[in-house]
Amino acid sequence: MIRKAVRFLDQRTGDAPLLRKTLRYVFPDHWSFLLGEVALYAFAILVMTGTYLALFYSDSTKDVTYHGPYKPLQGQHMTEAYHSVVDISFSVRAGLLIRQTHHWAADVFVAAIFLHLLRVFFTGAYRKPRELTYLLGLTILIVSLLEGYLGYSLVDDLLSGMGLAIGYAVAISIPFVGANLGELIWNGPFPGTDAFFSRMYIAHVFIFPSLIAVLLGGHLGLVALKHHTQFKRGPRQTERKLVGVPTFPGQTPRSLGLFLVVAGVLFLLGGLVQINPIWLWGPYHTYLSTNGAQPDWYLGWLIGALRLVPHFDVVIGNYTLVPNPFWGGALFPMVVFGFLFMWPQIERRFISHDYGFHNLLERPRDAPMRTAIGFGVFTWVTMIFIAGGVDRVTVLFDVDYASIIWVFRFAIWIVPVIFGIIAHRVCVELQRGEEMERVRKRAEHRAKAMAETS
Amino acid sequence: MSKVKNFLVSAAVLLAGRGRPKLPAQERIVPDKPPRPGWELVAISLFGLGALCAIAFPIVYGLADHLPHENQLLGASVGLAFVLIGAGLVVTAQQLIVTEELEETYPENEHPEEQETLVQMVEESGSRLTRKRLFMVSLGGAVGALGLALITPAVSLGPVFRISPFFGTPWRRGRRLVDENGRPWKASDIEEDDFYTAFPENANKEELGSPLVLVRLPKNSFHLPPELAHYPADGIVAYSKICTHAGCAISLYRAPLFQPDEPKPALVCPCHYSTFDPAAGGTVLFGPAGRNLPMLPLHIDGKGELRASGNFNEAVGPSWWGVRNRKPNPHS
Repeated sequence: MIRKAVRFLDQRTGDAPLLRKTLRYVFPDHWSFLLGEVALYAFAILVMTGTYLALFYSDSTKDVTYHGPYKPLQGQHMTEAYHSVVDISFSVRAGLLIRQTHHWAADVFVAAIFLHLLRVFFTGAYRKPRELTYLLGLTILIVSLLEGYLGYSLVDDLLSGMGLAIGYAVAISIPFVGANLGELIWNGPFPGTDAFFSRMYIAHVFIFPSLIAVLLGGHLGLVALKHHTQFKRGPRQTERKLVGVPTFPGQTPRSLGLFLVVAGVLFLLGGLVQINPIWLWGPYHTYLSTNGAQPDWYLGWLIGALRLVPHFDVVIGNYTLVPNPFWGGALFPMVVFGFLFMWPQIERRFISHDYGFHNLLERPRDAPMRTAIGFGVFTWVTMIFIAGGVDRVTVLFDVDYASIIWVFRFAIWIVPVIFGIIAHRVCVELQRGEEMERVRKRAEHRAKAMAETS
Repeated sequence: MSKVKNFLVSAAVLLAGRGRPKLPAQERIVPDKPPRPGWELVAISLFGLGALCAIAFPIVYGLADHLPHENQLLGASVGLAFVLIGAGLVVTAQQLIVTEELEETYPENEHPEEQETLVQMVEESGSRLTRKRLFMVSLGGAVGALGLALITPAVSLGPVFRISPFFGTPWRRGRRLVDENGRPWKASDIEEDDFYTAFPENANKEELGSPLVLVRLPKNSFHLPPELAHYPADGIVAYSKICTHAGCAISLYRAPLFQPDEPKPALVCPCHYSTFDPAAGGTVLFGPAGRNLPMLPLHIDGKGELRASGNFNEAVGPSWWGVRNRKPNPHS
């Protein structure tokens, strides 16, 4: 049977040599190399569940009255878009499962990309010859953040609308062109016209996913062309020699198994753990908002930044040069991604002066400066992320919100520096410890040899 | 008869045998390892259990109307099916499939000769050109112009250069303030330590220039700048409900109900906690907003109903480059 299939394909495509090579492609073995794979599988689940949802979703903002099975909303005015998502949740059989799985998959997708990025950063995997792979990966992350934001904006519940209002404020805050850009996207001042929802819809289900798919193809293609990096686990791994498990038979069932487990966990989450119960938020109107609203986790850092910036617009005469939301909503993510995009150049030019090719990974301790700076920036972003949620802390512990914000306004500049210095110190100490160990082993060895000869 | 017997015997052998067909004597590619019947059984049972869960899914789906926790059962069945089959595959990968470690040489870092050839090819292909730079500039210019031409239709997406709508609001002198259901607000409805949402009568409630927050303050607590001194009506003040920071609706009112030492009354936006002072013309007390909350002048008509005496003192909504250029005006 197998022979027949192989022969059939080879005779018609001539694929046998290529296929043989592909199946013997070597995957180095380390758990952290699976993070990117998890993201890939979450993306597959997103495309599948998303396609299903698109069969039921309506992007119309026409005003309709709800008469469905969910009693608290009965008789309420809402857009057809929100109505269709409430229907997916209550009237389409298995619709709620697919919708929640889709939402969970989005959260897991971005989380996996983020952890993958941390792994790549702190092991120096982005170094020559893999800078392009890294840059494509970062671009995928940016597109994914926008894609996720569009996804929950489409629902048109109260939280969606508040998120869109903030997105609009950030868009029009861009110096010189903001208002014009806002009008271009929203087809006029907020809340825009019907056209805006159909734009979001096509962007969410076609433009951005296709973009992610193309970038992903490039990302994976580059990985395959230059092969995987590997940790130095023994004398066999070198800059020239890659040690690992072949695609077949070793890696294939493992990857398939991982895919199914990821899918299973997402469906279990979608079935058992409620996420974004949109029927509780109700429909959005520009004049409504709710306290304690939080976005999906991956936008928390932007909320934190928007909240921490003190109150000022940069104004020259009557001209508002930089409206306030620009700092937290646009400049801050540009600085963070700018840092990530530039990092390989920065490190090469100012820190390592290393222009060589690298296939072996470094451990965090092997590059103390990279670890220190990376950890500092990570701490900075994390603290701002936490600042986005401190209003919940004030409720829990009855502390004054303004005081906490003032503490954060200073702490986000001091703590990352301290943490960076500590990280550097820890790396150096770990290196020294290893050096000591080596010296001790060598001395013991020598002593033993001397004892034997005497 | 013997045919039947042969058939039965071979069938029995096929069913019972743990058939490992003898490979013809040839060198193995994948190394030979001893069988692991225990793990094989684990994998097979995992697949079996996965199949059962998968079969449960359509059954739950079919009975959904008669089952409690339909969503949970659906998710559990299909999720467990995936996880169990996946676990079976992982067991297969780790314990059953012959795992071998291979060494492979990394691809060449670079191919200097190929690079040379490519460069040479490109350079030689242009050997007929005499004015290379001019040629390249004209080609680049042409492509650039074409690119510009092709993105022009994007301008149709919105009224890019029409900024006046940003300054338009439905408010004009004499317009009545109504609640969400269109009922006019009477001055006597507005009590201290509470806040109310108002809209312009017979206007679109959804546009940013429409919604107001109304609060009543003790008359001696005002410290308005002179140009706003006439804006309140009988201690009632009206501000745009849209935060000047990020455009969320201001839906929190910090009113000191009991302790005299509590901070003074303030309007708060729950998105980023911009805090405005309603007694001082909407100045920013705390939070990121860069502009005061726009204030609407009020008066009380003969029937005791609240009416606007004009438009806001400042442009409504989140800030953009032109937000301080003009005062808002009623749109035509």
